[in-house]
Amino acid sequence: MSGLEAVILTIITAATPLLLAALGELVSERSGVLNLGVEGMMVMGAVCGFGAAFVTGSPLLGALAAIGAGMGLALLFAVLTLTLVANQVATGLALTLLGLGLSGLIGEAFVGQPGVKLGRVSIPGLTDIPFIGRILFGQDPLVYVSLALTGAVAYVLFRTRLGLTIRAVGDNHQSAHSLGYQVIATRYACVLFGGACAGLAGGYLSLAYTPQWIENMTAGRGWIAIALVVFATWLPLRVALGAYLFGAVTIFGFYVQAMGIGIPSQFLSSLPYLVTIAALVVISGSRMLTRVNTPACLGQSFVPER
Amino acid sequence: MLKWASLAAAAAMMAAGAASIGTASAQEQVKACWIYVGPIGDHGWSYQHDQGRLHVEEVLGDKVETVYIENVSEGPDAERTIERLARDGCNIIFTTSFGFMEPTLKVAAKYPDVKFEHATGFKRADNAATYNAKFHEGRYVIGQIAARVSETGTAGYVASFPIPEVVSGINAFMLGAQSIDPEFKVRIVWVNSWYDPGKEADAAKVLFGQGADIITQHTDSTAPLQIAEEEGKHGFGQASDMIRFSPNAQLTAIVDDWSGYYVDRIQAVLDSTWEPVDVWGGLDSGMVSMAPYTNMPDDVVEMATKTEEAISSGDLHPFTGPIHNQAGELVVPEGETLSDGDVLGMNWYVQGIDDQLPN
Repeated sequence: MSGLEAVILTIITAATPLLLAALGELVSERSGVLNLGVEGMMVMGAVCGFGAAFVTGSPLLGALAAIGAGMGLALLFAVLTLTLVANQVATGLALTLLGLGLSGLIGEAFVGQPGVKLGRVSIPGLTDIPFIGRILFGQDPLVYVSLALTGAVAYVLFRTRLGLTIRAVGDNHQSAHSLGYQVIATRYACVLFGGACAGLAGGYLSLAYTPQWIENMTAGRGWIAIALVVFATWLPLRVALGAYLFGAVTIFGFYVQAMGIGIPSQFLSSLPYLVTIAALVVISGSRMLTRVNTPACLGQSFVPER
Repeated sequence: MLKWASLAAAAAMMAAGAASIGTASAQEQVKACWIYVGPIGDHGWSYQHDQGRLHVEEVLGDKVETVYIENVSEGPDAERTIERLARDGCNIIFTTSFGFMEPTLKVAAKYPDVKFEHATGFKRADNAATYNAKFHEGRYVIGQIAARVSETGTAGYVASFPIPEVVSGINAFMLGAQSIDPEFKVRIVWVNSWYDPGKEADAAKVLFGQGADIITQHTDSTAPLQIAEEEGKHGFGQASDMIRFSPNAQLTAIVDDWSGYYVDRIQAVLDSTWEPVDVWGGLDSGMVSMAPYTNMPDDVVEMATKTEEAISSGDLHPFTGPIHNQAGELVVPEGETLSDGDVLGMNWYVQGIDDQLPN
């Protein structure tokens, strides 16, 4: 495997969990719900995904369990913020703390156990093509899922009636309610979708990225995903761009270091954040456009007027 | 309200003082507390400290009550956490990460009756001791192994932060490797974290992609070794024997063993013989040990065992001259060895490392 090929493959695995989690958060925020519990849902996805795969030996069941775990926490969040109208920011933060603690508890038995790795796709003929074969046709299935999901989310949000409803609910819940849309039900669905994606992103970490369970293995990736959504001005394709840029600059930093060029590593470590933010701010340059894309009811609780 | 509280506290303290005069000077039970920088489940650094704590419970039984707090970050949280333990009646507190140094000393100044023990630091006080292990002794051994086993003549090094402990480890590794193959190369990636499995894995992948075929790390997770396993390369465990994660990749591991030290120190508190010492144990004290040598030819095992014994018996010092720095200046003349203080404060690379030390 050549150096460049290794770098590209590493970038893809580094970007995929960010992309998955960010897409889920994007849909949730588009419906007006700010769920800061991504990190908690991710880490629960990681532990449950690992656990299920470890017990059953099937990484597919692991991935499903990861999705389920993320949705479970998301459901809790939805009940608290949508039905009981609790503050979204506080509940989200609490969700992260809960996820981190609970995952440690659940995962105690799995610490130090060798994991089950999600295999890579192998298409005879295509995967063997030098260089591009591995990159295009030899990834693990979740990489393709994340890319397909990017397209699907973009399509549904901007080309379908369902997407219009989600955005209407996120932009003005009172009007959407007056028009007869089910604000709470829509938001429930979006929050659950966000949980599923975050859970899957966590499962990606413990099944494909580093197939093992270690406490706190998400190491802040949930927060990066939330930031990506904001800086990408709630647009799916830009989220994908941001996630890949972030992954690329991170890996580029390691690559440069290993070459021994002598750029301070602290600077290289901060570079992914700087470059991603700068790039996304530049491409979403127009203030007007940013305002149009920002869900106007983001973070606001909805109580139907009678 | 506050006044009453402090009055009550003062009264309680006086009563406690009187009680301790009333009984013998030796304590009957010690409350020993630990704070860990990572989760116990890291299966590396914090895990080994906790193994030490469990050993204390086993050996001292009823005479000790142990408490630990994991995942304490090296920032403002640390001081608050240490202070809470001091207030909660801990008699001796072990703070087990370099970044806990200043918070430990600050709290130590406020609680003169509590004993503090800071791992890997260099600042002490009347009630604050330091302890550390000579990991670099193990790194010299693995450097030699790397040079013998590597086919590309290049090792990858996943490093955490450019502090003396890590730098002296890199130097010892290189000196060991150079003693076998003077042209041996090391590529270094700093991930600026003690514990981030994802980043550690990425760094390992990049290093393998750049021609390294042996990986070693000064970070706490098992991720780099798992990547080595996946890619059919080799590596070394860090802090703990990680053979379970990489049965075909791990050559050996530098294992920290704090259990004997912890028992001794808590016994000293029980006996009222505790002193603010500065302990730096190596292979000879058992504080550092090597996991079984695996996945390498017999003659390499033999060489590694010999080196380990030579260091342990004191015949071999990893930092024996002549040692040149990167600029080619002679730092340690032939026949001399670097003093402990110089190793503990090391901030320069030996000749043969192409990387520039971040500062």
